[in-house]
Amino acid sequence: MLIQIPPSSACREHEVTPESIYLSRRRLLAAAGGLAAMAALPGHAQDPSAYPDVEAAKSPAWFDEKLAGTRWQAVTPGNEAVTPFQDATHYNNFYEFGTNKGDPARNAGQLQIEPWTVRIEGEVGKPGTYSIEDLVKPHGLEERIYRLRCVEAWSMVIPWVGFPLADLLKRVEPTSKAKYVSFETRLAPEEMTGVRSGFSLIDWPYIEGLRLDEAMHPLTILAVGMYGRILPNQNGAPLRLVVPWKYGFKSIKSIVRISLVSEQPATTWQSIAAEEYGFYSNVNPEVDHPRWSQAHERRLPSGLFSPNIVPTRMFNGYDEVASLYTGLDLRKNY
Amino acid sequence: MRFWFWRLCVFLAAPVPVILWLYQAWIFALGPDPGKVLVDRLGLAALWLLLITLAMTPLQKLTGWGGWIAVRRQLGLWAFTYVVMHITGYAVFLLGLDMQQFLIDLGKRPYIFVGALGFVGLLALAITSNHFSIRRLGKRWKRLHRLVYAILGIALLHMLWVIRADMAEWAGYAMAGALLMLLRAPPVVRLLPRVTAAFRRDSKIVSNKC
Repeated sequence: MLIQIPPSSACREHEVTPESIYLSRRRLLAAAGGLAAMAALPGHAQDPSAYPDVEAAKSPAWFDEKLAGTRWQAVTPGNEAVTPFQDATHYNNFYEFGTNKGDPARNAGQLQIEPWTVRIEGEVGKPGTYSIEDLVKPHGLEERIYRLRCVEAWSMVIPWVGFPLADLLKRVEPTSKAKYVSFETRLAPEEMTGVRSGFSLIDWPYIEGLRLDEAMHPLTILAVGMYGRILPNQNGAPLRLVVPWKYGFKSIKSIVRISLVSEQPATTWQSIAAEEYGFYSNVNPEVDHPRWSQAHERRLPSGLFSPNIVPTRMFNGYDEVASLYTGLDLRKNY
Repeated sequence: MRFWFWRLCVFLAAPVPVILWLYQAWIFALGPDPGKVLVDRLGLAALWLLLITLAMTPLQKLTGWGGWIAVRRQLGLWAFTYVVMHITGYAVFLLGLDMQQFLIDLGKRPYIFVGALGFVGLLALAITSNHFSIRRLGKRWKRLHRLVYAILGIALLHMLWVIRADMAEWAGYAMAGALLMLLRAPPVVRLLPRVTAAFRRDSKIVSNKC
């Protein structure tokens, strides 16, 4: 065994290049048209210089086509450092593939993502079953670098690639009866070891929901990629929700059904422990979860002897959503 | 000292896991949230050690070997040591030594309160584990150290309360704990020597045949 003892002053690879420098390098590349040139090469559609530790992936043609026209850094979290790709893809909650953080990276390879269809139904003018290609085709992709806050009191900064959910919803024309949107994750026990567990408390499939105005908010996106590449399975390929001002479990993964409904849907975590997981689940340092204080969070990666503990911000720092909740008691509607 | 080599082996083996984990943390092999991983593993190791400690008496009864009892106290003290490291890790790695938050957690969160209760119980047993206390407490010592059964229950409850969605792992530990308790039920205890005597007789017959 090679014994490595790094000096305490040594920094990890991601700490070496200041974010501003590698981000400006990408802007330069994009300006030079390098991105378009790379998109022409099969299998090299992503910009490899943007995120240093990204694993190359073979992405489907529909994704490569869209990536060339992506609007990079449409939203950024100021000067907060992006979480390394390795951490964002190997520290996941995706209970269909096991409850340990490393399980999804180990087991999600079993998930069949091609072909993939999404059923859109309920109170809409144009219900239907869409292939992922057709679903994404009319939309321009954007990179949104969002903070992601887990209810377990850790957080990351992740560069998603996706499009606003509102654009899709407008396309399918919600009726006046549509008040909520309900989402469902793929259920395939033969591909999902966590679903096969006889000791699970979850009544599969995983269900999440938003109020229609939350779903229509410009910050709410459907993501198809991250770190300039296609979504890895453990991060919710091929289509996942990202609602950055809510705890991570609201951002449902591997979506197969989107229903517009008139009643508030019964969501998975709320059904297991309603006193712990409310329907809204807005990030709120004032309202504690019974098991974890929400006043602070560990921004990952966090060192052992220098834990990266930062104060949690109301709505995870996305103050622009506050107007959605005027008149709502956020202590009761946690 | 009887079994000195066996005792030494156990003494050297018990701290190996924590040394290994600290090394993994040092080389960044525990993932992006090493503090959380370490605190979880230390707690789990304490539970393992508690179960192993409780297995020593039944093992002695089953095999008749005195070495099991010779390391029982040491193993109990190691369980206590891992609990101390578990709590220290929680305070340092997860709270960043924010002691005010520690007190808030203690008052607000049942699983943390129950965990603290288990710690106080183990502390009482650790303090009274020396020869002086055994002599001094006499008959009461045995009664006091039966507290370990309650502490096992508390440890399992503490773990149960942390579970979010899957009970499989917990069920395994609960079953091991239940088995160790069952082996202490008076009817089972009465039966055990007969079972082991029969077992030993059989194995002797088999070995004679060979």
